[in-house]
Amino acid sequence: MTSPLLQVEDLCTHFFTRAGVAKAVDGVSFSLARGEILGLVGESGSGKSVTGFSILGLVDPPGRIVTGRVLFDGRDLASLDDEKLRAIRGKRIAMIFQDPMMTLNPVLRIDTQMVEAVLAHSSVSRQAALERCRQVLSMVGIPAPDERLASYPHHFSGGMRQRVAIAIALLHEPDLIIADEPTTALDVTIQAQILAEVQKLAAQTGTALIWISHDLAVVSALADRIAVMYAGRIVEQARAADVIEAPLHPYTRGLIDSVPSRNRRGSPLRQITGMAPSILNLPKGCAFRLRCPRADSVCLEAPSEVEHRPSQWARCFHSHLADARADVLA
Amino acid sequence: MTAIMDIAGVSKRFVHELDTAERIARALGARVEERTVHAVEAVDLTIASGEVLGLVGESGCGKSTLGRMVAGLLTPSEGAIRFRGADIAKLTGKAARESALKVQMIFQDPMSSLNPRLRVGTIVGEAPVVHSIVTRAERDGYVAEMLSHVGLDPEMLRRYPHQFSGGQRQRIGIARALAVKPEFLVCDEAVAALDVSIQAQVLNLFMRLRETFDLTYLFISHDLGVVEHISDRIAVMYLGRIVEEGPTEAIFAAANHPYTQALLAERPVIAPGKRQFSTIRGEIPSPLKPPPGCHFHPRCPHAFARCRTERPALREIAPGRLSACHLNEAS
Amino acid sequence: MSDTAINGVTLEEPAIDATPRASLRNVLAALLEDRLAMLGCVLVILTAIAAIGAPWIAPQNPYDLGSLDILDGGLAPGSQSMSGRTYWLGTDEQGRDMLSAILYGLRVSLTVAGLATLIALAIGMAAGISAAYFGRFVDTIIMRIVDLQLGFPSILIALILLAVLGRGVDKVIIALVLAQWAYYARVVRGSALVENQKDYVAAARCLALSNTRIMARHLLPNCLSPLIVVATVQIAHAISLEATLSFLGVGVPITEPSLGLLIANGYDYLLSGRYWVAVFPGVALLLIIVGVNLVGDRLRDILNPRLAR
Repeated sequence: MTSPLLQVEDLCTHFFTRAGVAKAVDGVSFSLARGEILGLVGESGSGKSVTGFSILGLVDPPGRIVTGRVLFDGRDLASLDDEKLRAIRGKRIAMIFQDPMMTLNPVLRIDTQMVEAVLAHSSVSRQAALERCRQVLSMVGIPAPDERLASYPHHFSGGMRQRVAIAIALLHEPDLIIADEPTTALDVTIQAQILAEVQKLAAQTGTALIWISHDLAVVSALADRIAVMYAGRIVEQARAADVIEAPLHPYTRGLIDSVPSRNRRGSPLRQITGMAPSILNLPKGCAFRLRCPRADSVCLEAPSEVEHRPSQWARCFHSHLADARADVLA
Repeated sequence: MTAIMDIAGVSKRFVHELDTAERIARALGARVEERTVHAVEAVDLTIASGEVLGLVGESGCGKSTLGRMVAGLLTPSEGAIRFRGADIAKLTGKAARESALKVQMIFQDPMSSLNPRLRVGTIVGEAPVVHSIVTRAERDGYVAEMLSHVGLDPEMLRRYPHQFSGGQRQRIGIARALAVKPEFLVCDEAVAALDVSIQAQVLNLFMRLRETFDLTYLFISHDLGVVEHISDRIAVMYLGRIVEEGPTEAIFAAANHPYTQALLAERPVIAPGKRQFSTIRGEIPSPLKPPPGCHFHPRCPHAFARCRTERPALREIAPGRLSACHLNEAS
Repeated sequence: MSDTAINGVTLEEPAIDATPRASLRNVLAALLEDRLAMLGCVLVILTAIAAIGAPWIAPQNPYDLGSLDILDGGLAPGSQSMSGRTYWLGTDEQGRDMLSAILYGLRVSLTVAGLATLIALAIGMAAGISAAYFGRFVDTIIMRIVDLQLGFPSILIALILLAVLGRGVDKVIIALVLAQWAYYARVVRGSALVENQKDYVAAARCLALSNTRIMARHLLPNCLSPLIVVATVQIAHAISLEATLSFLGVGVPITEPSLGLLIANGYDYLLSGRYWVAVFPGVALLLIIVGVNLVGDRLRDILNPRLAR
């Protein structure tokens, strides 16, 4: 078995704010094989985006990586200095953001920006760089790339901009792409187009992908494996099909059950009671305890990840109660 | 079933007028045109008392604009919106105010829909006191009652909006709307900004309130799953026009219009196993320059010559089902 | 979007009042963190105390001609008077104690500038918010008047007005108000335009609240932040404008001299060796303006939601 491309070990990223210490990521561990697609799922405040940022060292003060290792091809990214990290960012690990305007500079033409990105990591002629740009633009399904190259970002729609952002990510044939909610702000039909492109590309280029999203549906269609995050920790990790068909953790179960399409039309939706805790003030023990239908006194101890079934991990003392369901409110 | 809201031939155009420099340029012969956004085009819609009409569409389709016109925040460029038979644009004085209070709106963004400088008690209680629904002395008690209807602790009325989460703020917004005793609620993407688990709570709240207060909803959303769950009937909009309308189950079972079919086919559902995404090509056109004829023809896999020139009328293809597609007349 | 946004990632803090808000307490705390701003605060507070407490602090009432002794005229700083009192900052030609004159002068300067700023603020806010809320015709009219007025330097406007109105403290205040309101109007309009687009204003209209109520209770409180910053700096500007006018001889009358007038009086003696008559009021003026500007600068940084704190 080949060694994993990315191995995150016990990653902790905390934000030291005036209001207290926000433990955005609190002991996250997972690994990613070459060419694998991992879906990182969670709601707001779960820490999924911060995990993505932490891998690339993009966390700004008042936040920083407190402990943990991020082993990329054997090297610990968390311990690298800025120069070495910069050599890796964009070249071997690329990132796509929710808002494409976080990637694109509104005052520069597309070709200027893309050529700049090419030349940042390889010294080739401008002509060669442009040729590479045309190549990636057609890879993401943009016809007539020359016209697009000569335009500015504001000439494009949101979907088109996101495609350009994905193209930029592909310029150096990275081993890993981290995508942070890239289709959340897009319409359904455009989202479908982008997802289709991404699927095709991942198969073609063999790039590993971490797809961060709150949308279980998108992730279930795209990913090989899914990791579900809650309050800064991974609460369930398994093959995508297993997570969807037979989730172990009550939160995952509740999440799937609360989606309208999984409920009978017109009847009250099954819901998870209460709200996610503030990461400034996590409850003792299991963070989900106060909302969990299966919780009891045992849950006052923080559970660790246990492999309940082959390749299916869950952070819960009651995972063996596979049939318990989330609360129904009349 | 009585029609409580009647939208007849309503259009809304946003005209970006020429400024002085551009007018001079035009006088000198430059081809400068006024930019007009056809946000809503000749929409006919009736909503019966007690029903939930889901309005679905993607960005630029005009659903939010239509919602705002129904709520009285925008005036139509053409056509009339009649609430209980009275044209809301033509009412004045007391009648206008009473009609306005009966139609309330729940907004999309919980962060900007509450005045950050006011306490919750004032946010919810201001209008009832101003409109003499309750006296100033009764205000706090009334607000407490409203808050408990929406599932919030009545003690919260002393707090400020920033002390609440997104889901809670939406509930406060709902309480604010309920406090003026409305009959009709326009929910403009009311759950779009919420997490999935909170979304379920708020949707359940909507359904419960509908029963308790005998409300009628215009539920605007881009999320087909949500709309399918909560609506009795749905109307699908594309670039300012209604392209399909009918009972929810019928449409989800067998959509007629190619756009609806594409929407239904492309939405991701939670199911095990990776799926191939097959897509309709093309971008959503800009409402500044909509394609001639049928707005959807550039992206429609079944488009033919007539689609490029003639706008399809919204025709009844089955009892209670309407669709605007030339393909229906092929037979 | 949410209150704490770091790296563009929103950290949702549900149910707990954990986010640092721009409340008075937090603002003051943040203000005092910066040493320069603290210095500015100290200067402002000291001058305010001096100005308010002038009748009690000042060793002498400089307007009471009976208490002046012409024989004490023109004494250097630190000299003793006939009656054993020390003139810490010297005296002017008529024997007026400069320290007392400065204290009383501060009073006039601050009162005039403060009142003028408040009134200009009120007028400017009303105009700016109305322009933003009603839009179209009202906006055009108000903003064209504002543009017209801002096209002229404020000193010019004040001079013209005073030439028409004549002398007197109240006339000076009117002139300052008319010279300044336009700036507030423009700033408020910018804020109000942004707030007007927000859903809570739409909600207020949906609830059939009156226009006045929406403007006063919903728009106004949310437009105050940038306004406070502008007003703070504008007070300094008003003080210096009033000083300029008085220096030029069209400002406050001699019976109630402000710092500007004191400087004007001492101007003639500047080169003849009796520098203290002009310099000390000048230094006082400088200190108050610098103090207010320091506070205003820091306030602007604190209240700016985009700058990371």
